[in-house]
Amino acid sequence: MTQFTARKAFWRGYIDCAPFVLIVIPYSMLFGVMARDAGLDLFQTMSMTVLVIAGAAQFTALALLQDNAPVFIALLTSLAVNLRMAMYSAALVPHIGHARFSLRALMAYLMVDQAFAVCVKTYEERPDMPPAAKVAYYFGCMMLICPFWYGFSFVGAYVGQAIPASLSLDFALPICFIALTGPLLRSVPHYVAALVSGVSILLFSWVPWNLGIMVAATLAMISGAQTELYLRRRAAKEAA
Amino acid sequence: MISDFDFWVLTLLLGLGTFLIRFSFLGIFGGKEMPEWALLHLRYVGVAVFPAIFMPLVVWPPATDGTVDPIRITAALAALVVGLRVNVIFSIIAGMATFYALRFIF
Repeated sequence: MTQFTARKAFWRGYIDCAPFVLIVIPYSMLFGVMARDAGLDLFQTMSMTVLVIAGAAQFTALALLQDNAPVFIALLTSLAVNLRMAMYSAALVPHIGHARFSLRALMAYLMVDQAFAVCVKTYEERPDMPPAAKVAYYFGCMMLICPFWYGFSFVGAYVGQAIPASLSLDFALPICFIALTGPLLRSVPHYVAALVSGVSILLFSWVPWNLGIMVAATLAMISGAQTELYLRRRAAKEAA
Repeated sequence: MISDFDFWVLTLLLGLGTFLIRFSFLGIFGGKEMPEWALLHLRYVGVAVFPAIFMPLVVWPPATDGTVDPIRITAALAALVVGLRVNVIFSIIAGMATFYALRFIF
């Protein structure tokens, strides 16, 4: 069982998350550049990156500040983008909820999409992973992503030159989330949930303040769960 | 120009709010058993959230002011197919390479 020592689990997480550095580097640089273009200084840019560490919400907040939206509207709209992480938080409880309070707080601060997706996939594939190894694996994932997020936001903000718009780095974001989804599609209910999510976000795009994501995600979770229950009932009937 | 006051109020509250969202269930339910129905739904969090994020960005990209762009849709499909068949890193490479190649050609 040596492969499950905390140290090995940490480094496995580190390596499993490595591909996402490809996305985190351009995306965080883009944030640094855009923040400076919007008129923030280096200290403000880095404060936002370190205090929030949530790319999509940071871009949203920045855009709304630039549009002179009222601060509380900018706040609510940006927070709504992050509400999805309450779902991540719940999904992580069965795996790392046993850790002590301060450690859970640190894990919460470091919670990012890429690392969440990689962790959950590994936890489900390796149910025999001891609890301590799960925590170490989690930190391995986050320790790779977060320093790159800070570092390259700084590079983007410091270099400050606009990245040519012709590079269309904005497209790295949807590509990142597609790459996160692929490996999670392991069964029919997973496909159903993903399909319901993708279709309902388009149907509910009129919902204000970015709350459409929560509507689509809730419908998708229910569809996945119901499909799983249906398939179980059918299998039970066939067995009988 | 963004006022310093607006910036700091927003950043501090966004930082605090985001932390509270991330900590929510881990903070309250840490060490407790979650009910079976909750676990059933939570298995689908990833596949329920991620498509809701990428679909609008693929179908109605902000960079084209929401106009459908066949190049982006093709590149997204390439990333998805390679992601399903191969792995994450090739999915990212396939998506971005298809995107840049098609843009170069057309």
